[in-house]
Amino acid sequence: MTHADTPNPNRYFVPHNAPWPIVGSIGMTALLAGAAMSMNGTAAGKISMLAGFAIIVVMLFGWFGQVVKESVNGYYNSQVDTSFRMGMIWFIFSEVMFFAAFFGALFYARVFMVPWLGGEGHGVMTNALLWQGFDPVWPTNGPAAVGGGFDTVPAFGVPLVNTLILLTSGLTVTMAHWALKVGQRRSLVLWLAATVALGFFFVYLQAEEYIHAYQELGLTLGSGIYGSTFFMLTGFHGMHVTLGAIMLTVIMFRAAKGHFTADNHFGFEGVAWYWHFVDVVWLGLFVFVYVV
Amino acid sequence: MSSNTAAAHDHTHDHTHDDHHGAPKGLLRWVFTTNHKDIGTLYLVFSLLMFLIGGGMALIIRAELFQPGLQLVNPEFFNQMTTMHALVMIFGAVMPAFVGLANWMIPMMIGAPDMALPRMNNWSFWILPFAFTMLIGTLFMPSGGPAGGWTLYPPLSLQTGNSFAFVIFAIHMLGISSIMGAINVIATILNMRAPGMTLLRMPLFVWSWLITAFLLIAVMPVLAGAVTMLLTDRFFDTTFFSAAGGGDPVMFQHIFWFFGHPEVYIMILPAFGIISEIIPTFARKPLFGYTAMVYATASIAFLSFIVWAHHMFTVGMPLGAELFFMYATMVIAVPTGVKVFNWVSTMWRGAMTFETPMLFALAFVILFTIGGFSGLMLAIVPADFQYHDTYFVVAHFHYVLVTGAVFAIIAAAYYWLPKWTGNMYNERLGKIHFWWSVISVNVLFFPQHYLGLAGMPRRIPDYAVQFADYNMISSIGGFAFGLAQLLFAFIVWQCARGGVKATAQVWEGAKGLEWTLPSPAPYHTFDEPPKIDDSVVAHGDVAH
Repeated sequence: MTHADTPNPNRYFVPHNAPWPIVGSIGMTALLAGAAMSMNGTAAGKISMLAGFAIIVVMLFGWFGQVVKESVNGYYNSQVDTSFRMGMIWFIFSEVMFFAAFFGALFYARVFMVPWLGGEGHGVMTNALLWQGFDPVWPTNGPAAVGGGFDTVPAFGVPLVNTLILLTSGLTVTMAHWALKVGQRRSLVLWLAATVALGFFFVYLQAEEYIHAYQELGLTLGSGIYGSTFFMLTGFHGMHVTLGAIMLTVIMFRAAKGHFTADNHFGFEGVAWYWHFVDVVWLGLFVFVYVV
Repeated sequence: MSSNTAAAHDHTHDHTHDDHHGAPKGLLRWVFTTNHKDIGTLYLVFSLLMFLIGGGMALIIRAELFQPGLQLVNPEFFNQMTTMHALVMIFGAVMPAFVGLANWMIPMMIGAPDMALPRMNNWSFWILPFAFTMLIGTLFMPSGGPAGGWTLYPPLSLQTGNSFAFVIFAIHMLGISSIMGAINVIATILNMRAPGMTLLRMPLFVWSWLITAFLLIAVMPVLAGAVTMLLTDRFFDTTFFSAAGGGDPVMFQHIFWFFGHPEVYIMILPAFGIISEIIPTFARKPLFGYTAMVYATASIAFLSFIVWAHHMFTVGMPLGAELFFMYATMVIAVPTGVKVFNWVSTMWRGAMTFETPMLFALAFVILFTIGGFSGLMLAIVPADFQYHDTYFVVAHFHYVLVTGAVFAIIAAAYYWLPKWTGNMYNERLGKIHFWWSVISVNVLFFPQHYLGLAGMPRRIPDYAVQFADYNMISSIGGFAFGLAQLLFAFIVWQCARGGVKATAQVWEGAKGLEWTLPSPAPYHTFDEPPKIDDSVVAHGDVAH
């Protein structure tokens, strides 16, 4: 560490010369431009995507590595800690609003779109002229039966198990927090390991459920509005669980190295908040996508 | 961390001289910077560049519309111009300009050493050049750029060629940038104020940005969701917006405008803040009704979430929805009226002088109010059936965005340029710029009201001959206005290069923390929190 700043708890730490953001921008551009090229059927798109993804991974290691180093070397006073906390809270709020868009689509479809296509309210003529005979019951793939017949995933099978898994993982991460607060590192790491295991087990069961849906139920992303909302909501949630589990894994290793103390562990708490957030989103999903 | 050696310094130094180390040299300074002033400058320069590019697109539109018939561009390219002009101006010019002003001014106004999360601040900016390269680059693709309007309504937008995915991802990147910028602003305002700078002592510019940042974090992800659904509808067989699969194209409009209406206020609330700083300075009176201004801003922000469907009155909504959105929209006139009333009351019996920032601020109050009134007309459902998608709408939102948001940004630039550069701008040229702009902008946009009322639809390259005269007048105004902005760019450039040295106070009547700093403001300011008392609070009536 050649950083010539000396830690000073009375001053707000302002870093200098940040090389990682521009790396992140390059990676993001390569990833997204590559994705766009792939969607247009350009073969080079995949290479660009892979390169972009690799650059982003390097960027994350570099950026977070630097922050971790500064943190353990005592550069961050309590005011910096508060900035990080606010940053994480508002980031999670933005994630909530991202899911709100898809939940909004689901509710709008079920409350307005599908009944209107069935002739309710001012949709009388739409139904009579365009979609006569359409039976507007949920689940539906629309009046043109887009994607063909399908069955839904019953709520009280794997989804219920997954609900219990995530709720349990919320409990284990809280146990980890308690262990951290009383300074029991071994117990902290074990509870975190349990949380990570539950997280990845959830992802595994989701993947199995998707394979089942595609291969046996005939339920795909292309199964009309039901398939669209089902897979987009559960898919984005699954991606967030995966990300959360990876973050928890990092935190577990950091905990094992002794990065966190009873009164200074924002990294742990930020990830725990994130984990509770994916947990709560799942509860919404379980109720509105699977049960109701 | 070898990368840090270049700017390494010892924080334990004697801090009586805050600028004990200046800005690093070279091009990489701008790429790696974490300094809020550097990043503010980057945002502002980028915004000016985008303003000129977006303006060029507008002039292509106005040139084609100079006469009826098709003269210069083909209709497909014309539609690409209307689409890109909007995207560039909204996401490239107006929003980054406000973020640049926030970066420069918020830490100096609340006594903070920098933004709360300086590295992320750098990233927020450095996503933009990449995103706009991708977005504007689509114009050069064989299929051309997006041409279905910036609102990207399906099913039309889904017919965009190969550029479609690039446009969607560029929008995702812009959203990521905005969200990170907004998180930084909120964390800075809530966590970085100097002791004694209570929330209700903050300058109104800071208040307006606090509320704007909340709006940004609340709605940018919704836009991301909406365009993601477009992407999957186009490439991955979903049917969110296709009735055949049980979806509905109108649903896109609902989700889009749930983002879009707060977005409109994202582009005007910081302008309100700027005007609330400038008018008291040049009226040499405390702002009238400070707390009322704060509550009015918050009320407008709240209402912005429940009025979105007034953009879609003609789309076929249930009557109850039409009525709700009509009345909710009209309610916004109340807090907005409070603001206009307070600005006018601030000037009432003030010892006014009319330097360039004040001239632009005054023009803002009058012309934005005209835009507000035409907004009220559009809010009336039965009237909107006539006005919808006509040039009346174009006239309306250009009054609120050009003579509103852009005039406020220009006013802010004149107001704070001496603080940023240490030099006074050329006041004579500034006044010429003002009068030239304010006359030409009305020649440009006022006739569009008549065109719209007479029934000329928006987003068309050709029109019936009865619209010829007003279109010609409007185009002449457009080119004059565009030329005036080149003068503005020149004035800014000239001011950055030199000129009469500015004092710390700059303006006789200016109050607030930023005016206690020397001009130009040192590279690092408020490393130690300043003492806050009534003498440095921007709005003198606050504490009493």
